[in-house]
Amino acid sequence: MLAYIIRRVFQSLLVLLVVGLVAFSLFRYVGDPIDSLLGQERTIADIDRVRESLGLNDPFVVQYYNFLANAVQGDFGISYRQSRPVAEIIAERAPATLELAAVSALFAIGLGIALGVFTAIRRRGIAANVIMSASLIGVSLPTFLIGILLIYVFSVELDWLPSFGRGQVTDLGWWTTGLLTASGREAIILPAITLGLYQMTLIMRLVRSEMLEVLRQDYIRFARARGLRERAINFRHALKNTLVPVITVTGLQLGAIIAFAIITETVFQWPGVGLLFINAIQFVDIPVMAAYLMLISVMFVGINLIVDLLYFAVDPRLRIEGRNT
Amino acid sequence: MTTPVLSVRNLTVEIPTRAGLLKPVDGISYDIAAGEILGVVGESGAGKSMTGNAVIGLLDRPARIASGEIHVNGRRIDRLSRKELRRSRGKEIGMIFQDPLTSLNPLLTIGDQLTETISEHLDVSDGEAKARAIHALEEVGIPAARDRIDAYPHQFSGGMRQRVVIALALCAEPSLVIADEPTTALDVSVQAQITALLKRLCRERGMAVMLVTHDMGVIAETADRVAVMYAGRLAELGPVRDVITAPMHPYTDGLMQATPDASEGATRLRQIPGAMPRLGSLPPGCAFNPRCPYTQDRCCQDPPPTRDVTDGRAACWFPLTEHAAIPA
Amino acid sequence: MTDKTSDLPQPAAVQRPSRFKELWEADLVYNLRRSPVALVSLIVTLILILAAVLAPLIAPTNPFDPASLNLMNGFSPPGVPNAFTGETFLMGTDDQGRDVFSTILYGMRISLFVGVSAVIFAMVLGITLGLIAGYVGGWIETIIMRIADVQLTFPSILVAMLITGVAKGFTPPAYRDEVAIFVLILAIGLSDWVQFARVVRGATLVEKNKEYVQAARLIGRSGGGIMLRHILPNVLSPVLVIATISLALAIIAEATLSFLGVGAPPTQPSLGTLIRIGQGFLFSGEWWILFFPAVTLLGLALAVNLLGDWLRDALNPRLR
Repeated sequence: MLAYIIRRVFQSLLVLLVVGLVAFSLFRYVGDPIDSLLGQERTIADIDRVRESLGLNDPFVVQYYNFLANAVQGDFGISYRQSRPVAEIIAERAPATLELAAVSALFAIGLGIALGVFTAIRRRGIAANVIMSASLIGVSLPTFLIGILLIYVFSVELDWLPSFGRGQVTDLGWWTTGLLTASGREAIILPAITLGLYQMTLIMRLVRSEMLEVLRQDYIRFARARGLRERAINFRHALKNTLVPVITVTGLQLGAIIAFAIITETVFQWPGVGLLFINAIQFVDIPVMAAYLMLISVMFVGINLIVDLLYFAVDPRLRIEGRNT
Repeated sequence: MTTPVLSVRNLTVEIPTRAGLLKPVDGISYDIAAGEILGVVGESGAGKSMTGNAVIGLLDRPARIASGEIHVNGRRIDRLSRKELRRSRGKEIGMIFQDPLTSLNPLLTIGDQLTETISEHLDVSDGEAKARAIHALEEVGIPAARDRIDAYPHQFSGGMRQRVVIALALCAEPSLVIADEPTTALDVSVQAQITALLKRLCRERGMAVMLVTHDMGVIAETADRVAVMYAGRLAELGPVRDVITAPMHPYTDGLMQATPDASEGATRLRQIPGAMPRLGSLPPGCAFNPRCPYTQDRCCQDPPPTRDVTDGRAACWFPLTEHAAIPA
Repeated sequence: MTDKTSDLPQPAAVQRPSRFKELWEADLVYNLRRSPVALVSLIVTLILILAAVLAPLIAPTNPFDPASLNLMNGFSPPGVPNAFTGETFLMGTDDQGRDVFSTILYGMRISLFVGVSAVIFAMVLGITLGLIAGYVGGWIETIIMRIADVQLTFPSILVAMLITGVAKGFTPPAYRDEVAIFVLILAIGLSDWVQFARVVRGATLVEKNKEYVQAARLIGRSGGGIMLRHILPNVLSPVLVIATISLALAIIAEATLSFLGVGAPPTQPSLGTLIRIGQGFLFSGEWWILFFPAVTLLGLALAVNLLGDWLRDALNPRLR
C-alpha cells in the first residue's frame, strides 16, 4: 500500500510539474514582462538591466526552476492590471470561492445522496420518476442559465434573495466569511444551488444506479432473510457498499465545482477567484492566469490523491490486500 | 401427532408475464417435523428455491403466492403483514444461501453482522449479544471465534464463510431453517463437513430443516425424507430410504439412474432424455410425459393429482411399483 | 455509390454496402421510429439548423446593418405594435431597436458554426493523434496519451478558457474581436479531442496486428494509409456518437464562454452573447431580450443532447 501511495504522489508531482511548465511558458512568453514593467518609454539599456535583474537571460531550466521556487513560496509576480502582487489578490478572494464551493459541495453531496437513495428505494414511485426525468433535463442545462433562472424567480419575481454579491462579510483577520451574517447567508443560497445543481444530479444518478446494483446482491437478500429492518438494510448494508464507487466521482466533482465556480461567480458577481480569472482572461492579465492555473491544478491533483487514499479507508478488502502486497 | 414445524398446503406461486401466467410452484403440500431434515430435490427451474423463498416470504416481484397456506409452528404466516413477516424471518425461519462468497456484506465485520441480527430479534444487552455471537461462531466450528469476530468476510476461506453464514442464519435460534443449495458452491471436501454440521445442529437443536439441492448424494447422506419436484409440481414424497431404493415416480427413478454411485463401480450412468420443459410451454397432462419411458394416453390428457402426494405416494398415474421390469 | 451502378453488370467481388449505410438502413431508422423523443429531437435540431443556415432569408431584418435599425423601435415588447413607429416584432426588440428574432437567427448561425467547426476540428485532431498513438506506439504514444490523461483531469470548459486566454495574449488587442470566433473554435476543439483519440487508438491497437497490415508492410507499403481506411469504418459509429454528444457540449461551451465575455464579441453575437446582453435587462422588465435567446439555446442544447443519448443507445450499447 505504501508503494502505491508513493507511486501516486510521484505521479501527482509529475502532473504538477507539467502544469507548472505550461504556466511558466504562459508567464514567460505570452505576456511580455518588460512591457508590463517599463511601459512604452524605455531604452535598450533599461531593457537589458531589467532582463538581467529578472533573470530573463538565464537558461530556460534555471528560469523554470526559479519560477517554481517562487510559486511554492507564494510569489506569483505582479498583476498587470492591478499592479499588486498576485498572491495578495488571490488570498483576498480565495475565501469567497472556497466558501461558495464548500456550501455547494455540501448541498450536492447531501441532497445528491439523499435523492439517489430515495429514487433507488422507491424506484417505482411517481416522485422518484419525476425526479429522474427532471434530472435528465438538469444535466443538459448550461450552468449560467440555471443561475439566471434562479435570479429571475427568487430575486426578480419573488424578491426573496439577493441576486449578486456576498452580502455583509465578517473579517476574521486571515479569512473573510459571509456565513456569520444573515445577509451573507442569504446571498450564498442562490449561487450555491446554481453551482451544486449539476454535481447534485450527477451524484444522485450515480448513487441511484449503484444502490440498485447493491440491492440486488446476495448479502442484501441474506440480510432480509435474517429479518433486519428495511432501514438497517438500506442505510447500513446497502448505502455503505454504494459509497465506495461514489467517493471517487464525488471527489472529482469537488474539483469541478471549484472550476465551475468561474461561471457561477460571473452570473452572481460573486467576488471570488473565478471572477478574478475571467477578468484576467478578458484583460489578458497573464500573471493572474498563470497563478490561477497553478493553484487550481494543485487543488485538482490533491483532491485526486485524497480520493485514492479514501478508497483504502472505506473498503477493508483493499486495506488488507494492500497491506499484504 | 404433534404439530409439524412447517406445514405447507397446496402452495402455488404465480408470475404474471406478457406470455401469460406462469406457475413456478404449483399446488405443493408437505410437512417438516422438529429435528427432521426434508430434502427438496429437482433440476434447476423445478421450483425448489422458489418454494423456499415463498416460505420465508422473500419472493421477488412480480412472483407472488397465489393460493395455499403456510403454517410455521401452527401459525399461519403467508397472510402476515410485512412487519410481522420481517419479525418472523431470522427468528422463526432462518435461511442459508448458496454462495458464501456473496452472502456476507464485505464491508461489515462478521461480528457486526451477527450482533445486529441477534439484537434485532432477542432482547439482550450489547455485551450479551456479542457473547452470543461468539458462541454462535463456536457452535458452527470456527476456531478462535473470540479473536475472529472482528474479521471481515474476505479474511475467511469459502468453507469457513459458509460456516459464518450458517451461524448468521441460526444466531436468533429459528425453529425452521431453509438451506438453499448450501454446499453447491463449495469444494467437495468441504461439502461433507457442511452437511455434517447442518445435520448435527438439526439434531441438537431440534430444528426443522428444508434442504434444497439438486444433488441426490447430499440428500441420501443428510435428509430424513425427500420431496422430488418437477416443473413446479411435487412428483414424489417419502422417506429417503424408500425413495432411493424403490422410487415410485419414473422421474425419481431417472434421477437415481443419473446419480453416480461409487459403490456400484463403473456402470454407465443413464440420463433422462430431453430437458425439463419451460414453464410457459408445459405439455398437457403430466408435465413429465415427453420424457417418461412409460407414457400412456392418460398421461398426456389429465395431470396426475398432486394433492394426494404424501409419504409413499407419487403424482403418477402409473407408479413404478406397478410397472414390470425396467426396459433396458 | 450511385443507383446507376445497379444497371451495370456486377463485378466479381460484389461491393458490400458501406457499414454506415448498412446501419442506417437496418437499425437506425427503425430505432428512430420507435423513439418519439429522438424523433422530436431530430426534427427540432433539423429545424434549428435550417433556420440558422437560412437566416439571411428568414430574418425580417439584418441586425448588423445599421441602416435598418431604428432607435425608436427600442424595447418593443413581443407581438405588440411599437408606440412610436407602429411596427410589430415577433419577439420584441432590444435597447437599440434590433429585432430579437433576427438576432437569434444570426446568433444561432454563429453558435452552430462554432460548435460544428470545433467538433470537426476535435474529431480530425483526435482521430489523427489516436491513429498515430496506436500505430506508431513507443514514446510518441506515451506522450500523446499522457497529455490526454492530464487534460482529462481538468474540466474541458476550464481548458477552453485557458486556451482562449493564451490566444488572446498572442493576439494584438486591435485584432482580438476579429479572430475571436476562430479562437473559440480552437479552444473548444482543443479541449475536446481526447475522447476521439482514445476510441481511435483502441481500434488501431486491435487492427494493427491483423494479417493484412503485416502483409502490407511485407510488400513494402506503409500500413498507415491502409489502416486508416480499415479503422475508420470500425470506429465510425462510436465517433458519430461522440461527435453528436460533443456537439451539444460544444454549443454549451461556446455559449458559456460568450456569456462570460471571453467568447464571441458583441459585433458577432452568438446565443451566449445575446444572453449576456439580455441579463442586463432582467431587472428592468424587458424579459424578452433574455428569454427568447435563452429558450433557443436550451432547445438546441437539449435536442442535440437527447439525439446523442439516443444515438449512443441505438448504435453501441457498450459505450454507455
